[in-house]
Amino acid sequence: MIHIIAFYLFAFVTLASAVLVIMARNPVHSVLWLILAFFNAAGLMVLVGAEFIAMLLVIVYVGAVAVLFLFVVMMLDIDFAELRAGFVRNAPLGLLIAVILAIELFVGIVANSAGKAALGTPDGAGVAPAGTINIEAIGALLYGKYLFLFEAAGIILLVAMIGAIVLTHRQRKDVRPQNVADQIARRPDEATINTQPEVGKGVTL
Amino acid sequence: MNSSILAIVFLPLLAAIVGGLGNRALGNTVVKTLTTGALFISCALSWPIFLGFIAGEQQAYVAPVLHWVQSGTMSFDWALRVDTLTAVMLVVITSVSALVHLYSWGYMEEDPDQPRFFAYLSLFTFAMLMLVTADNLVQMFFGWEGVGLASYLLIGFWFRKPSANAAAIKAFVVNRVGDLGFMLGIFGTFLVFGTVSIPEILAAAPAMAGSTIGFLGYRVDTMTVLCILLFIGAMGKSAQLGLHTWLPDAMEGPTPVSALIHAATMVTAGVFMVCRLSPMFEAAPIALGLVTFIGAATCLFAATIGTCQWDIKRVIAYSTCSQLGYMFFAAGLGAYGVAMFHLFTHAFFKALLFLGAGSVIHAMHHEQDMRFYGGLRKQIPLTFWAMMAGTLAITGVGIYDLHVGFAGFWSKDAIIEVAYASGSQVGLFAFWAGVGAALLTSFYSWRLVFLTFYGKPRWIESEHIQHSVHKTPEEASEDTTGGYHPHESPMSMLVPLGLLAIGAIAAGQIFAGSFIDDAAFWANSITFDAHLIHAMHEVPHLVKYAAFIVMLIGFVIAWYGYIRNTSFPAKVVEQLGPVYSFVYRKWMFDELYHYVFVVPAFWIGKVLWKRGDEGTIDRFGPDGAAWLVAGGASYARKIQSGYLNSYALVMLLGLVGAITWVLF
Amino acid sequence: MIGIEHYVVVSSILFVLGVLGIFLNRKNVIIILMAIELILLAVNINLVAFSAFLGDLTGQIFAMFVLTVAAGEAAIGLAILVIFFRSRGTIAVDQVNRMKG
Repeated sequence: MIHIIAFYLFAFVTLASAVLVIMARNPVHSVLWLILAFFNAAGLMVLVGAEFIAMLLVIVYVGAVAVLFLFVVMMLDIDFAELRAGFVRNAPLGLLIAVILAIELFVGIVANSAGKAALGTPDGAGVAPAGTINIEAIGALLYGKYLFLFEAAGIILLVAMIGAIVLTHRQRKDVRPQNVADQIARRPDEATINTQPEVGKGVTL
Repeated sequence: MNSSILAIVFLPLLAAIVGGLGNRALGNTVVKTLTTGALFISCALSWPIFLGFIAGEQQAYVAPVLHWVQSGTMSFDWALRVDTLTAVMLVVITSVSALVHLYSWGYMEEDPDQPRFFAYLSLFTFAMLMLVTADNLVQMFFGWEGVGLASYLLIGFWFRKPSANAAAIKAFVVNRVGDLGFMLGIFGTFLVFGTVSIPEILAAAPAMAGSTIGFLGYRVDTMTVLCILLFIGAMGKSAQLGLHTWLPDAMEGPTPVSALIHAATMVTAGVFMVCRLSPMFEAAPIALGLVTFIGAATCLFAATIGTCQWDIKRVIAYSTCSQLGYMFFAAGLGAYGVAMFHLFTHAFFKALLFLGAGSVIHAMHHEQDMRFYGGLRKQIPLTFWAMMAGTLAITGVGIYDLHVGFAGFWSKDAIIEVAYASGSQVGLFAFWAGVGAALLTSFYSWRLVFLTFYGKPRWIESEHIQHSVHKTPEEASEDTTGGYHPHESPMSMLVPLGLLAIGAIAAGQIFAGSFIDDAAFWANSITFDAHLIHAMHEVPHLVKYAAFIVMLIGFVIAWYGYIRNTSFPAKVVEQLGPVYSFVYRKWMFDELYHYVFVVPAFWIGKVLWKRGDEGTIDRFGPDGAAWLVAGGASYARKIQSGYLNSYALVMLLGLVGAITWVLF
Repeated sequence: MIGIEHYVVVSSILFVLGVLGIFLNRKNVIIILMAIELILLAVNINLVAFSAFLGDLTGQIFAMFVLTVAAGEAAIGLAILVIFFRSRGTIAVDQVNRMKG
């Protein structure tokens, strides 16, 4: 019973938040609604029994990605009114496409429940051994069969990080940081020079 | 005995290949020595064969070389035939070629491309030898084409000169027209006789006289058609009226080339072919009549043009054209032996005249216009005497009753007598044409000698000379030489002149009896009309002296106009006005051919090129494809709007489409 | 009982909402990026639901990778946005057609 209520609650709030993400005027509000949507989706996943993924969702998506969004939104100086201008104009076509997609998805569902669609049969490789908790089973699978993909995912993240840094890095002209290499390479005999400037004339360094 | 003919024919080829491929790697001297040496060996081997035939000891034979074609009923081999006719041609070709090779040592001394030149000369000699030793028509055609090729290469030897290139192409194309006739003749011959082997054809020829064949829808006499087609080939090769336009322009080539190819050998290939196939021609009287007519017409026509020319080589070129006409009409009247005799003597004195002219040109720093000569007798005496011998030979100086004369006297007078003796309509026309041409020949030959060797030196007005002494006519001294002294040619050029002069003087005297009267000498290699020859000796005295008389008339006129009263020629030209202009411009043949053939051909070519090739094939093919791609691409690129949103939209639409596809 | 269909319905509606979000907010790139996050969330829910109902953990592993990639993509996307804003002073992208063909 509680299961059912919880499901409908989470589902409803997720969908409502998603709608509000799109419709909110203020982008900061949009980000906040997105965060709410993530939380509720995590709740849905807990209900199904995938608590590891659910927590991952909260920590990574909400804690990192959504916060990143928030930072950027706050950093950019955006003119709101101008941005909402094209909303009404695009609505009909957008709604049409949405309706088509929705219809197709429903058709798929109905077909499945009528027994017409053939779902893929699992090959038993990913079946969790009896008695293990979710996270243990995932760990065993991840570091076992899908080890290569795991490492690849790490490299993807590395590349993303380097990419982001390279893209946004800039040299600031108004600040003068230390140049350690120059400092170390300095030699006493080059540090000072003796000159005999004439009267009234300066020295050039 | 058999192997000597192989050596005669193939040594020049070997020399040509080694010299030609060796080129700069072997160096000038090696190549020159190789080719000249090969030719002298060939010459040394040819004379014994010829003298053997003269003495009646040599027998005709065939030396097989290689198996060639075996296809259905057609089969022929590479084989070298040696009989009297061949022997005559062998000595002519090898002697003149050897002397020309030697002459070129001196003449082409400063040329940077000597190995190429000598290789081409030897190649030409090889092709000509293949032509005359051919035992079947296809081999003869091989030699025929080979000499045409060598002629093209040699006329255009100085290929950096545009006029030389144009002349070479003209020669080749006009020859080609003749070759078409020749080819059709060979095809027809094979069709009719079933074989291309010459002995077989000649044996079967008399039997075919009077038979008919379907040609272009009509029923015509077989042998006439075949012989006319073959004669068209001879017309092209020997520059007879109609296909003669290439010969004067061929003077663009170096003088040794003119001497070898356009005097002694290649142009005589047509005469040789008619004589070789004489039994065939005997079976086609109409064709023979045509041969006579064209020969006589050419003879007179070329002589008229020769009187007006200023370029020393062109005068001699037209002289060659005219003398070839003599040979043809002698052959056309049935006196093949007489025609060959004139060919034999003509080779010597014409080569002598050309090489002498080359010596003059060499002395005058490559100036060829006779208006800038004059008084060279004292400067280059040896050349002068050589040219004198040649002129005496060509004009036919000799006394009949004393039985002495220069070479041309024997052969040319024999032809004129034969023309009279033949008694036919066309023979009479040929007789008068021959007499007229003899007058003109004498006139222009002596005109050449007087303009070049007598009179005051006029050479300071020549640009060539001005360049060499760096003076203008105004700065020239009293004797108008401007300080330029023509010098005699080196020994390598004078020795051939001397040897040829001996031939020009004596060859007629020595060999007349064998060529004209001796049926045993010819021994079935050509048709020998004993009746005609007998009639020839019976002609009236006046006829026998006719040539001598007109020769004197021509000499007197030339002497008057160019020594006694040098303003006389200009007055005559003024009087004759348009006639002179017409003759000077070669009877407008070049202009006629230009408008009738060249302009339409270029027009057709242009239309096919612009509208056909470019407009149609290119437009629908490569260009069309390219245009489609470019056009399509420029249309397609408009889809790339650059707007992020339209890209997103397209992605979404694609997604919807994909889902729809999967579901249904 | 809550069956697989319920979760699939939720996931699909969320997906459609995300698509709609891209559509309706042409000018505001941040909203577009957030809509993409919604789409990815919908996919994750779908994967996890199927993994649970079929008893195969592969779905959850895959969902983790989707998460990884989504994070990476959000980072890069926002970095590009920052640079874009630096050079232009606005994040209105519907007038930008510099990559026009």
